[in-house]
Amino acid sequence: MSTEKTEREPLFSPKYRKLLTTPLGRENPITVQVLGICSALAVTAKLEPAFVMAISVMAVMGIGNVVIAALRNTIPPRIRIIVQLVVIAALVILVDQVLKAFAYDVSKQLSVFVGLIITNCIIMGRFEAFAMANKVWPSFLDGIGNAWGYGWILIVVAFFRELLGSGTIWGYAVIPSSWYIDNGGFYSNNGMMILPPMALITVGVIIWVQRKKDTELIEEN
Amino acid sequence: MQELVNIFIKSIFIDNMVFAYFLGMCSYLAVSKTVKTSVGLGIAVIFVLGITVPVDYLLNEYLLAPGALTWLDASFIDVDLSFLSFIMFIAVIASMVQLVEMVIEKFSPALYSSLGIFLPLIAVNCAILGGSLFMQEREYQSIAEATSFGLGSGVGWFIAIVGIAAIREKIRYSNVPAPLRGLGITFIITGLMGMAFMMFMGIQL
Repeated sequence: MSTEKTEREPLFSPKYRKLLTTPLGRENPITVQVLGICSALAVTAKLEPAFVMAISVMAVMGIGNVVIAALRNTIPPRIRIIVQLVVIAALVILVDQVLKAFAYDVSKQLSVFVGLIITNCIIMGRFEAFAMANKVWPSFLDGIGNAWGYGWILIVVAFFRELLGSGTIWGYAVIPSSWYIDNGGFYSNNGMMILPPMALITVGVIIWVQRKKDTELIEEN
Repeated sequence: MQELVNIFIKSIFIDNMVFAYFLGMCSYLAVSKTVKTSVGLGIAVIFVLGITVPVDYLLNEYLLAPGALTWLDASFIDVDLSFLSFIMFIAVIASMVQLVEMVIEKFSPALYSSLGIFLPLIAVNCAILGGSLFMQEREYQSIAEATSFGLGSGVGWFIAIVGIAAIREKIRYSNVPAPLRGLGITFIITGLMGMAFMMFMGIQL
C-alpha cells in the first residue's frame, strides 16, 4: 500500500527550518561561502541603503529560486546559465523600477549596484547549488535564508560604519553635538570609516570573530 | 588624446575597480592563491572589458538611451528603452565570454585548463557588468573614451589581483592568528592595499 506516500512534510519541519537558519551562521554566504562580496561592501557606508539592498536581494532571490525550481526539469542543461541570467535580469529590472518609483533617493545612492545584483554571485550560486535540484518550497526557504544571511552581515557592517564614521544611525544623530571638538568637546568622527577600505577591514573583523567562536571554520594557510 | 590618457590613468589608479568599488571581489578572492593563475584571469578580464565596454557603448548610444533611435526615424525621439539596458548588457557580456573561452581553448590549452571553471564565471564577474554600467552612468562622449575606460579598468583589476596573489604567496610562511587565516587576512590586506591606493586620489594629467 502507498500509505507513506500520502504523508507530506509539514511546511516548517525541522529540515526546512534548517534551510532558513544555517545560512545565518555556519553556511553564511558572505563569511563562509564567499559569495556576493562585491555589493556587500559598496553599499554599507550608511544603514539605509544597506537595508534597502538587503530587501532587494531577498526579493530577487526568493522569487528567482521559486521560478528556477519550478522550471528545473524543463531547462536544458547546456543553456542553463543564460536562462538563469535572463530570470535574474528580469527580476532585477522589476526591483530597479520599483525603487526608482518609491525610493528615488536611495536608488540614486545605490547607483549601479542595483544593476549589479544580476552578477551577484550569491544568486547564481544558489540557483546552481540548490534550486536546480530541489522542489519549489524548500528552494524558496533556501533563497530567503541565504538572502537574510547576506543581509544581516550588510546591516551589521553598515551599523558600525555609520555610527563610527558619521556619528548617526539611520540618519539620526546619536552622538550629542556638545561632544564634538567644534563645540568645545573632545569627540570627532572617524572619517576613515566612510572610505571604502574600512568596509573590507570591518568584514575581516567579523570573519575573525565568527571563526574564533566556531573553530571548525578555520582554514589552513 | 590627453583626455583619453587621463581617463585611462584615472580608471586604473583612482577609480580602481577592486579598491574603490569592490567589483569582481568574488573571483578576486577565489583565484588569488597563486600568481600564475591570477595573471591568466587578469588578462582575460582586461580582454573582456576592452571588448564589452565599447560594444555596450554603441548599444547604449544607438538603441537604449532616450532618443537614441532617431537614426531610424525622427518620430522615435520620445522612445526611451534604457530600462532594457541590464538585460542587453548581460547578454552581450555572456556571449563575449563564450567567445573568449573558445579563443583561449584554441590557442592556449594550458591556460584554458588552469583557468578551469573561472572562465565562465567572468560572465558573472561584477567588474565586467560594472564597467558597462559605469560607462552608461558617466556618459562618456565617444567610443574612444569608452574603450580607454574599459581597458583602464581591466588593467586596474589586473594590478590588484596580481598584487594580492603575490602577497598571499608570501604570507603562507607567516604566523597569522588561526581564525584569520585564509579569507579573513585576505580581506584585511585588501583593505590596506585600498588605503595605499587612495594616495592617488586627485591625480590629474
